[in-house]
Formats: sequence, structure tokens, C-alpha cells
Amino acid sequence: MTTISLLLLPILILGIIVYGLYKKVDIYSSFIKGAKDGIQSAINIFPFTVSMVFAVNIFLHSGILDFIFKGIANMLGPDIPISIFPMALLRPISGAASEVIMTDIFSNFGPDSFVGRLSSIMQGSTDTTFYVITLYFGSVGIKKIRYALKAGLFADAIGIIASFLVVYMLFGT
Amino acid sequence: MVSIIWGFLILIGIIFSFTTNNLSLVNTEILASSAQALEMFFSMFPMIVLWMGLMQIASDSGLLEKIARKFSFILARIFPSIPTGHESLGLIASNIIVNMVGLGSAATPFGLKAMEKLQELNDKKDTASPAMITFLVLNTSGVTLIPTAIISLRAMYGSANPSEIISGALLATLASTIAGLSIDSLIRKKNKNR
Repeated sequence: MTTISLLLLPILILGIIVYGLYKKVDIYSSFIKGAKDGIQSAINIFPFTVSMVFAVNIFLHSGILDFIFKGIANMLGPDIPISIFPMALLRPISGAASEVIMTDIFSNFGPDSFVGRLSSIMQGSTDTTFYVITLYFGSVGIKKIRYALKAGLFADAIGIIASFLVVYMLFGT
Repeated sequence: MVSIIWGFLILIGIIFSFTTNNLSLVNTEILASSAQALEMFFSMFPMIVLWMGLMQIASDSGLLEKIARKFSFILARIFPSIPTGHESLGLIASNIIVNMVGLGSAATPFGLKAMEKLQELNDKKDTASPAMITFLVLNTSGVTLIPTAIISLRAMYGSANPSEIISGALLATLASTIAGLSIDSLIRKKNKNR
């Protein structure tokens, strides 16, 4: 499987160059033109990166996670590893934050424990919805996102529920 | 909508830090977050410039159109509003393929370019088109076949079989993707009937 991901980019680039030469495209001029456009696109998305990092960092470091954490812990009792809940909540907001929780679970419970597997699958099965939405819509100047967030979060929720079911099915408790 | 979420994250964060004594931490974050964003930008910037250049070649040679036609049997169903063989479909297909093998940072430029092409088809420039939303849903449900970063972290923490989660993650991804696409097409149909 990893050979596929190693091979993909070189083959993709080879294909682009060979096809361009075959179609007698001035590939170098094309590249420069596209790269120049790329500078513009990259600069266009910077404000969205700043806005998201700013808001998410304030949110993450305010201590609200510990609050939610303890609230759920009191409800469930001490034996259940509750860090999985904030991770599920955080996954759509910040991929880096949920990854930190995942590694925390790994070091406390081990990657082959139920929660270890669950957090791995949760982390792998969805992407950072908020970030993708602000970045992609922001880059082309869309302001009214309509039902995009609803649909994205619905997909995330199903992904999280499916992760639970899958871990039970494949590995048991 | 984005304003509400953005404002909400900041408000909750600041108000909470008053009650939890995390004020100094939040202060540090306020001052450091723009630098962190710049760091992210620096890691993305060269990728975007490089791949936008390569994509321009693929666009000029007609390769994107060819890819779009190759995958049109499935993409036409998911994106009924995009004309067959439109370049955006080629970019969407490339974005998904690169994402699938776990090369998220190389996939982003394809996604940005695809959004540009979708914007050309869009009548109301400040409002998301149905095709854009479908693409976003497809993207946020994260169609990753090989989550390389997670596997290497699992190995680092001493997992007996780091890659055992591949099939599980794939199943969960499939479930969330299918769910996302279903709700998306349901909403689209509902909107059409009105």
C-alpha cells in the first residue's frame, strides 16, 4: 500500500510532462504561468489561515476542554477513558488538536487498546471540516455557504459513530 | 454562518479563560497564533505554487479534460450540475486520488483550483453552488485509504500491528462519505422541488 503512495506523485508528474510534450504544449511557459497564478491563490488563502488558527487556538487554550472533559468523566465514572469524547468534538475543528489527544491516548492506554484503535480510526476517517470550508470557500470569495456546514458535520457525525461500530466489529472490546 | 462559528470560538474561548485562570495561556496564543499561521502558510505556499504550475501544463495539454471524461461515469452522478468533461471534474478527480493515498498537502492545490473552476460555473459569486458543497462534503469526509501519519504514530507508540486500522478507517470513511453525499443530494432535491 505504501508503495502506491510513493509512486503516485512521480507517476503523476511524469504523466503531466509526457502528455504535455506529446500535445506539443510549451510546458515551461505553462508551468510559469500556473505558478504565478499559484502565488496569487496562496496569498488569497492566507487571511483564512490566520483567522482559523487565531480562533481555534484561543478556544483550545481557554480550558474549556478540561471542563467538558471533567463533566463527562463525572457522568461516566473513572474507568472509562473519556478523552475520546473531546477528541470526537475537536476532530472537525482542528486536526492538530485531535492528533494531540490521539497521541495522549496512545501513551496512556496504548495504541492497541480499544480507545487507541478507536482514536486512530476516528482521526483517519474524517477531515477538518471547519478548516476545509473556510479555506476552500474563502479562496474564491464565497460568503454564503448555505447548507455546506450542516452536510459536512453530518458526515463527520456518521464517521464518528461508524468508527465506534467498526472497532467493536473488527476488534471487539 | 462562518461569522457565527468564528465569533463563537473566540467568545467562548476568552470568556472561559476568565473563569479557569488560563488568561496568560490565552494571551500567549493571541500573540503567537499569527506566527503559527505564517508557519502553516510557509509550508503550504511552495506546494501551491509548484502544483499550480504543473496543473497549468495538465490544463493546457487537455489532460485534465481527459481525466474528467475517464471518471465521468461516476462524477456525473455525484455532480449532475457540472457539464461533462469540464476541467473542474478532472481537478476534483485528481484531488480525491491524491487525498486517497494520504498526501493531503499535495491535494490542497488541486482542491483550490477545482473551486476556482467551479466558481466560473457559478451564477451568484458570493453564494456556494450545489456542486461546490458536494465537493466540500466529499473532501471533509476525508477519503483517505492509507492514513500514513497515524500509522507512523502508532508504530512510534509500540503498536504490535500499526497498520491494522487501515480497513477500519476505510469502512468508517466510506460510511461518512456515503452519509455526506446522501444528505447533500437529499437537500439538493428538496431545494429543487421548492
